Amino acid sequence: MSIEFDSIQTLREALDGKAISATELTKHFLSRIDQLDPSLNSYITVEHERALSTAAAIDKKLMAGERATLLGIPIAEKDIFCTEGVRTTAGSKMLAEYRPPFDSTATANLAAAGVIRLGKCNLDEFAMGSSNENSYFGAVKNPWNQERVPGGSSGGSAAAVAGGLCVAATGTDTGGSIRQPSAFCGLTGIKPTYGRVSRWGMIAFASSLDQAGPMARSAADAALLLEAMAGPDEKDSSCLTVSVDPYSTLIRQPLEGMRIGIVRSLLAEGLSESIAEAFEDCRKGLEKLGATFVEIELMHHHHSVGAYYVIAPAEASANLARYDGVRFGYRCEDPADLQDLYLRSRNEGFGDEVKRRILVGTFALSAGYYDAYYKQAQRVRRLIQGDFLQAFDQVDMILTPTTPTTAFSLGENTEDPVAMYLQDIYTISANLAGLPAISFPAGMSLGLPIGLQLVGPHLKEATLLSCVHQFQQVTDWHHQHPRNWA
Amino acid sequence: MMNFPGWQVDIGLEIHAQLNTASKIFSGSATAFGATPNQQASFIDMGLPGVLPVANGAVFEKAVRFGLGIGAKINRVSKFDRKNYFYPDLPKGYQITQMDEPIVLGGQVTIETEEGEKIIRITRAHLEEDAGKSVHDAYDDATAIDLNRAGTPLLEIVSEPDMKSAADAVAYARKIHQLVTYLDVCDGNMAEGSLRFDANISVRRVNEETLGVRSEIKNLNSFRFLEQAIHFEIERQIQTLESGGSLIQDTRLFDPDRKETRQMRSKETSTDYRYFPEPDLLPVELSDTFIDQIQAGMPELPDEKSSRFQSEYRLTEADARLLANDLTLANYFEAVAQGVTDPKTAANWIKGDLIGKLNETETQISSTPVSPKQLVELIGLIEQDVISGKIAKDIFQALWSKEADSPRAYVEEKGLKQVSDAGALEPLIQTLIDANPKQANDLREGKDKLMGFFVGQVMKQTSGQANPQQVNRILRNLLGL
Repeated sequence: MSIEFDSIQTLREALDGKAISATELTKHFLSRIDQLDPSLNSYITVEHERALSTAAAIDKKLMAGERATLLGIPIAEKDIFCTEGVRTTAGSKMLAEYRPPFDSTATANLAAAGVIRLGKCNLDEFAMGSSNENSYFGAVKNPWNQERVPGGSSGGSAAAVAGGLCVAATGTDTGGSIRQPSAFCGLTGIKPTYGRVSRWGMIAFASSLDQAGPMARSAADAALLLEAMAGPDEKDSSCLTVSVDPYSTLIRQPLEGMRIGIVRSLLAEGLSESIAEAFEDCRKGLEKLGATFVEIELMHHHHSVGAYYVIAPAEASANLARYDGVRFGYRCEDPADLQDLYLRSRNEGFGDEVKRRILVGTFALSAGYYDAYYKQAQRVRRLIQGDFLQAFDQVDMILTPTTPTTAFSLGENTEDPVAMYLQDIYTISANLAGLPAISFPAGMSLGLPIGLQLVGPHLKEATLLSCVHQFQQVTDWHHQHPRNWA
Repeated sequence: MMNFPGWQVDIGLEIHAQLNTASKIFSGSATAFGATPNQQASFIDMGLPGVLPVANGAVFEKAVRFGLGIGAKINRVSKFDRKNYFYPDLPKGYQITQMDEPIVLGGQVTIETEEGEKIIRITRAHLEEDAGKSVHDAYDDATAIDLNRAGTPLLEIVSEPDMKSAADAVAYARKIHQLVTYLDVCDGNMAEGSLRFDANISVRRVNEETLGVRSEIKNLNSFRFLEQAIHFEIERQIQTLESGGSLIQDTRLFDPDRKETRQMRSKETSTDYRYFPEPDLLPVELSDTFIDQIQAGMPELPDEKSSRFQSEYRLTEADARLLANDLTLANYFEAVAQGVTDPKTAANWIKGDLIGKLNETETQISSTPVSPKQLVELIGLIEQDVISGKIAKDIFQALWSKEADSPRAYVEEKGLKQVSDAGALEPLIQTLIDANPKQANDLREGKDKLMGFFVGQVMKQTSGQANPQQVNRILRNLLGL
């Protein structure tokens, strides 16, 4: 039995046909977590009791004939979504014991759709990282190869889905944190348009870039989850008020006539050969499905990492100011005075990468530097947005690699922050421009998955999902699972 | 005030006015004063992880109303920024405010000074959230934090340095107090901190063109403290300079007990607030319709009201200004004036008896024990000759002390009706004539002053209830005059 890798559609039929109960399904995943997660470390908190009681309640509903697409589907949540009464750590010592008094909107929406939450997944501290090595709760291992990182910051979510420790998971993406770990772990993960999923209850890293989305085994599964997570929310002023497209229906749209952009300059230096080959194979595959390819330019794309590493830390420096030891979270022992309370609580409560970004952000906003850094970065951001707008006059979406390499080794980039930051070279621009972007599996190299990315215009999630879904009808990269790790 | 020949003073004020909205600027919590600590602090006000601000539409209406009231430009698009600093009662570690694109730009008010009218220019007014409170006396060994006030909407009104004395500054502060209460944007309650002042003060030699080095005195919460702090500061700065010293730009606190200012921090150690646009809130866009609607609903302002009082109620300019000065008082006056025959009588009662009593007992007009309805009834009784003016004053006292409720019923109950009935007065006056033959004779022979003697006697014997005109008439009759 390998129901742990079944699609939501298959599980749906099994649940509705009473081939399996929600409780049995939940127990299956919980026992896999108990047995296998010690070697992955993908969960920070496993909610055995809560998941089983939710499952029992759902079984009653199923027995009573209630039907809904996600009713009884066990998922995991990145531990950056606030969950009422259940500790929400953001991967930080600062919040190691923090129990929020309310649910995030994304969490509440999923619960309303009937999912069973198995637990909360590991992540880079406050979502800052590309390898999941920056967690107070320890590094996460890639189930495809445990010497390798799963990517970050949603590394726990990616490892849990890839390892068959949940059906799908939520992630957040500020500069690639859904897409890069999806690529490293062979998943389909989508970062929606900025404002498509409410940020209420999602612990903030960089407010103007943060966006939640699903990480799943296929575009079809991702479409079902996104449908449930997304939607207007009056608690978030930046949340879009337009209604959500029926993604799970729209994915059946044919690819015929779609125009896909290719940016030559992004395929040149720094890209590993195997990914370049996978890219070419994918292009051919999509052409066979009826898409045409157009070469386009994104003039300012090469400035995106620089702009991002000013804007994101600047916003983070303010967003993380509330962790001061006064009202909640970690407080140092016996503070001598107020200054000591601040200094030691923050010094002891935050990890190195978080401190590095707070310092960078504080510097970038300082008097005398604001214009040269923050303002300049905002100018670059507008130029990048303009480039995309122009490009989407010619094409329906843009195909790029998700990452320059496949999953790298644990410890490989930890001493070199800049090398680590360059991991996000293909993903960051979509965050800066607020555009939807999806990563999907499109090859394997030396036993590690390769991910490619499609970026689309504002609110065209359905276009991206349907393109990947059509591709997944004729390929089986998304059906490959790590079988040698347990 | 002390005089310093050869020096001139420049003062600018930053006034924080708490907007009187029912809920906070970025959360649905109530803003009422005096609740149990932290009972009016929501997850948003506490700055919990994952919360987001949502702007309360009512604050924009209030800010626009103020802007229109001072003839300012209303920015069609304004935005919020984060002002970053650490303080225990600042839950998020930043304050949401408006830095470079405030909602209100420019405008001015006119103040009355001993040297005549002066125009004070207003630089800008912007919206921001208030911080919480640090409570130092609740525990022996700890400071407590009360976040009830955190997120209360503030309008910060920044003036140009157009005030030249403490008196100017107080007149300006009072003018703003009057405006914000008139416009119903702030309750003006000084005791609850609804209006707080930061004063920027500098001095320079009379012929010096550029402004001197300024000190900012923070958080003055009464007109009196504002005046005292400015006096002290002017003297301190001039004495420092005259004795050969130099000043540094700094931020100071006023100690009301010692009536002096003390340095809080100098410019060298001042905080860099690292302002940047608030990414959690969209820019504020105001439509012309929104602004037009507010314009159409603008209340009458003090100067307009004073002119109207002169034309509509025939009040003197001085009376009209006095009564229009405070909105509650003006409303009180109008309520009374409209219920009586002669509005001037209403004005006289209010500025004389009522204001006298208010001042004597340090009572605000808003909590006067005598209602306009009671005063209308009282004046009506005089106008209808039911009671004399003297009795009316006694009844007013009774109303003030709550001994009386309805003046008419009180008059009935105590038998205070003026006696105009000739049948009742005639025997009494005849007895008086009989008892005082010499005075009666003198009066007959033309000593008119003695009329007062007889009237006084009658009033005395009737405890003031006799109608003096009637007494006069009967007396003349009986004496054959």
